[in-house]
Amino acid sequence: MKDASQTTGSLFEFGSKWDYAPAPEARDWVKIQSRYELFIGGKFVAPHSGRYFPTISPSTEEVLAEVAEADDTDVDAAVAAAEEAQRAWIALRPGERSKYLFRLARAVQERSRELAILESLDGGKPIKESRDVDLPLVCAHLFYHAGWADKLDLAFQGRAYRPLGVAGQIIPWNFPLLMAAWKIAPALACGNAVVLKPAETTSLTALHLARICQEIELPPGLVNIITGAGATGAALASHPRVKKVAFTGSTEVGRRIQAATAGSGKKLTLELGGKAANIVFADAPIDQAIEGIIGAIFFNQGHVCCAGSRLLVEESVAGELIEKLKDRMRTLRVGDPLDKNTDIGAINSEAQLKTIEGLVKSGEEEGAERWSAPCELPGKGFWFSPTIFTGVTSSHRIAREEIFGPVLSVLTFRTADEAVEKANNTMYGLSAGVWTSKGSKSFWMAQRLRAGVVWANTFNKFDPSAPFGGLKESGFGREGGRQGLSAYVEIDG
Amino acid sequence: MNDVSHDAGQRLAVAKTYKFFVGGAFIRPESGRTYPVTTAIDSADAHHVNAPRASRKDLREAVRVAAGAWKGWAERTATNRGQILYRIAEMLEARREELHQQLVRSGSSAGDAKVEIEASIDRCVYYAGFTDKYQSLLASANPTGGPHFVFTLPESMGVVGVVAPEEAPLLGLLSMALPALVGGNVVVVITSECRPLVGLVLGELLATSDVPAGVVNILSGPSAELATELAKHREVAAIHVVADVPQTLIDVERLGAGSIKRVKGEGHVFVERLYTPRGQGLSAIERWIEPKTIWHPVAI
Repeated sequence: MKDASQTTGSLFEFGSKWDYAPAPEARDWVKIQSRYELFIGGKFVAPHSGRYFPTISPSTEEVLAEVAEADDTDVDAAVAAAEEAQRAWIALRPGERSKYLFRLARAVQERSRELAILESLDGGKPIKESRDVDLPLVCAHLFYHAGWADKLDLAFQGRAYRPLGVAGQIIPWNFPLLMAAWKIAPALACGNAVVLKPAETTSLTALHLARICQEIELPPGLVNIITGAGATGAALASHPRVKKVAFTGSTEVGRRIQAATAGSGKKLTLELGGKAANIVFADAPIDQAIEGIIGAIFFNQGHVCCAGSRLLVEESVAGELIEKLKDRMRTLRVGDPLDKNTDIGAINSEAQLKTIEGLVKSGEEEGAERWSAPCELPGKGFWFSPTIFTGVTSSHRIAREEIFGPVLSVLTFRTADEAVEKANNTMYGLSAGVWTSKGSKSFWMAQRLRAGVVWANTFNKFDPSAPFGGLKESGFGREGGRQGLSAYVEIDG
Repeated sequence: MNDVSHDAGQRLAVAKTYKFFVGGAFIRPESGRTYPVTTAIDSADAHHVNAPRASRKDLREAVRVAAGAWKGWAERTATNRGQILYRIAEMLEARREELHQQLVRSGSSAGDAKVEIEASIDRCVYYAGFTDKYQSLLASANPTGGPHFVFTLPESMGVVGVVAPEEAPLLGLLSMALPALVGGNVVVVITSECRPLVGLVLGELLATSDVPAGVVNILSGPSAELATELAKHREVAAIHVVADVPQTLIDVERLGAGSIKRVKGEGHVFVERLYTPRGQGLSAIERWIEPKTIWHPVAI
C-alpha cells in the first residue's frame, strides 16, 4: 500500500522529485543550408528582388538560415511554371499520377526523421510531436491522396469534374509540413499544380520537401514553393491566373483574402481560427478527460486552430476536475523542443508570444483567476508556462478570442442545454469536444454543437480519411476524406 | 585449379523445388504428390519442372491457417493494409525479371509477359490506394426516423477462396486476390493449373512484402477438384472461381449452396476484361464485404 502522507501539496510532484536527464535528438546529421532559394519550375532560383530574410529557431533565437523573399515577379514565374506543368500532368494517365504521389509519399516517409528534427528546430514544437504526430500524418495524407488520383470517378459519384489549374496555397506556421501535405496532396491528386507559400517563420521543411520533389523526379513545376511574408501571400492569392486559393491561418487574414478574391471567380477554401469548447459532463471518466483536456489545449503549445481552449465543466465536478488538472499540469515539461522528454516546446515567434501575453493580461484585468504551472523556462527563446484561467465568463476576451497559446479558459455549466448554448456562443465553429460515459449523450451533443468536427471522449484526432474544417468564421471547405477533394475540382451538376 | 573459377558455360544450374506458400511458410504437399509442368520449348532455361499437387487435406490446412490470420488482418488499420499492399507492388517491381522468366517459360511471349507484369504491379498500386477509401464509398449514414445515429459499415467476410484462371496466371490471380484483401479478407489461392509457377513464385515475393503469415496462401494442383472442395468447405465464406469448363462453375455454385456461400463463377470473359478498366474496381471489393448496420440512440 502506498503511504498517502508521502504526497503532500499536490497529488504528484513529479516535476521536482523526478529529475530527467537531457535526452536530445541529434541534429548534426540534418544538413541545413545557409541560404534557401525559391523552388520554381523544378529548380532552386534566386529571388527577383535579391532579398532574403532570416529564419530562427524560436527555442534559442539562433539564426538557422536565410530564406528568399518572393515578390510579384517571382509569383508570376511560379504560376507560369505551374500552368505549364499542369497541362502535362492532366495528360498523364490517372494511374501514373497516382504512382508519382505514392513515390512522393514513400520518399517523405524515408526522410521523416530528418524532417521532424528540422520542424522542431525551425518551429519550436517538441520532437515527440513532430516525430510521432506531424510526420506520420504528413505521410498518411500523401499516401491517402495518392490512392484517390485514379479513383476520382468514384469520389464524385458519376458527376463530371475537371481540375481547376493552378492552386495558390498559403499555409500557417503551426504545422508547417503537415499543412503543406494537406494542401499539395489533394491538389495534385485532382490534377492541379500548386504554388505554395509557407509561413515566413517556418519555411524550411517545405523547402526540404521541394528537394524531395526534385529527387523523385516529380514533373518540374508541379509543386512550386515560394517563400516570403504577407505581401508574397497577397500577390499569390490575387494573381489572375491562380484559379484556386486555399488558405489556412487566422480569421483576420482569411477575411482579407476572401475580400481580395471577391469577383475574381477563383475557387476559395479557408481554414481559419477557432475557440473550441471542450465539454466535460459529471458522468465523464474524469481521469481520462484530464488527459484529453491536457492534449486538447497544450498539444503544440496550443498553436492549434482546433485547440480545446474553452473548457466547459459541469459545475458539480468542476472543483475536483480543476485540482486534478493543475496536478497534471505540474508534470508537464517545458523546454528544448529537441529533447525527447519535452511536452511543451517554444512559442513559435516573439510576435506570437506578445499576443499570448497581451490576452493573458486582459484575462487578469477582466477578473478571471490565473494559474500557471510552476516551471523553469529557458533564458533564451520564446516561452510560456501552461496556464489556466478559472472564473471565466463568456464575455471575457480570453473566452472569445483565439489565444493560440498554452492558455485554457475554464467555464462551468449546469445543464446540457446550457453547455450547448455556451459552446455555440462564439463566432467560430471549427471543433468541439464532449466527455461523457453516456454514448447517447455524446451524439445528442454532437448534433447540437455548431462545429465542423466533434470529438467524443477524445480530442485533436486527425486522419486523412476524416474531413476537417469549420463552420461560421472558422472558414469553409473541408480537407481530407472524399469531401475534401471537392475543393480542387470544378464539378458540373 | 581453383574450384570456384570456371566458365559460366560449364556451370550446372541449380534447379528449384517449387512449394506451396501457406501460413508464411513454404511447404510440400502432404501427399508427397507433384505433377509435371510443361515449359516452353524455345525458352532458354527450359527443363522439366514438377509443381506441388495439392490434396483436399492441403486445402483444408490452408483454410485453417487462413482463418487464423483473418482477425489480425481485418483489425489492422486501413492505412496499414494499404502500406502492405503497396509493398507488394514494390517487391514485384524489383523482382520483375524473375516473374518475366516464369511467364515466358510457361508460354507467354516476352512482350506479353512484360505487359502482364506491368499491369500486375499497377493493379497492386491501384488496390493499395483503396484500403482506406472503399469505406467512404460503400458506407452510409442512414437518415432513419427517430433520434438515432444509424450507420452501415462494410465488414470483411473471412476466408475467400480464389481459383485463378489458366490464362494471365499472374494478373488474373492478383486481380482476384487483391480486392478480397483490401476489404480485410484473407485468401486461399489455387494458381493456374497448367501455369502454376508464377503464382508459386509470387508467394516467395509475398513472403518478403510485409504480408502477415496466413493472409495469402497459395496452392497449386487440379483446379476443378480443388474448386469444388473450396465450395464445400464451411469455413470458407466466399469463393471466386474462373474456369473455362462451364460444368466446374455449375458444380461450384451448387456445392456452395450447402453453406450459403457467396460464390462468384466466371468464364473466359474475366480474362478478357483484365486489361480493361473493368478489370479492377470498387465492385470487386464490394463483392467480398458485408454491410453491417449499427443503431445508436441520441438522447441526453
